[in-house]
Amino acid sequence: MKFIKFLLVGIFFGIVLVKSEAVSWYRIYEMFRFQSFHMYGIIGTAIASGILFLQLSKRGGIKSIEGADIYVPKKDKGITRYIVGGIIFGLGWALIGACPGPMYILLGTGVWSMIIVIAAAILGTFLYGVLKNKLPH
Amino acid sequence: MEHILNPWPWYISGPLIAIVMALLLYFGKTFGMSSNLRTLCAIGGAGKFADFFKFNWKDQIWNLTVVLGAIIGGFIAVHYLSNDSGTQLNPSTISELQNMGFDKPGATLVPQEMYNLDVLTTPKGLLLLIIGGLLVGFGTRYAGGCTSGHAITGLSSLQKPSLIAVIGFFIGGLIMTNFILPLIF
Repeated sequence: MKFIKFLLVGIFFGIVLVKSEAVSWYRIYEMFRFQSFHMYGIIGTAIASGILFLQLSKRGGIKSIEGADIYVPKKDKGITRYIVGGIIFGLGWALIGACPGPMYILLGTGVWSMIIVIAAAILGTFLYGVLKNKLPH
Repeated sequence: MEHILNPWPWYISGPLIAIVMALLLYFGKTFGMSSNLRTLCAIGGAGKFADFFKFNWKDQIWNLTVVLGAIIGGFIAVHYLSNDSGTQLNPSTISELQNMGFDKPGATLVPQEMYNLDVLTTPKGLLLLIIGGLLVGFGTRYAGGCTSGHAITGLSSLQKPSLIAVIGFFIGGLIMTNFILPLIF
């Protein structure tokens, strides 16, 4: 039962990303061609709302369900891994038109070929794990 | 009801995505979808090959539950909360894609030219999906996050590493869409 809230958040997430068309391959294409404001509007308002929530929770003392402060894990310092890893991710994102959330959501919408993409993404993550110590970070 | 069945505008959708992040933080967790790929590796026994996968994956079951929900959410959205309005793309996007050989841009969520099951039987079609998946899976872990972890959560919490990663996402995306896709199609 303790997982039911996560299931509900996931369902909500899936519905929002389909209805916002953020899972559309075409919307991603359009974004990277600067031919529509749609995706920029989504990402921009999501970040603006997120900043607002985190600032309010810091100042207004919104606590988590366990009574602790709202905590966002800090990313490690560095430049190389973020820029190089980011570019590799971006190349894939624009090719298949889906990032890790939408991959699963699109599977739910009935895009069965996405199983191939997800399997390849798991393999890609595995390759990173194996090569991690040899890569500049 | 019509407002729900039609595609939702960006100024509604963006804040709703922030609510997903806020709810997960409220539940004492964090919004990061790509971590599940690492968890799936660990479940599959990848810990035998790299220490990176040696962790207690059972602590991540909550996140796999979010994934399960997302799949169900995708199903509900297309079957019960949509009409056949399609995606209203920029007319120049449509004509551009038609010139590249895409038949009905925006009619479905993903192009049939890439995702139709028939395409899987062609080496080119299969290879594109595999390469795309590999790039996403490798890149997201190298960068330590994806669109949810860096672009939404990282930028909302004003973290510089996430800004660098998102700039990387866009450099890669711009190169693929503007220079590589026209060579492929």
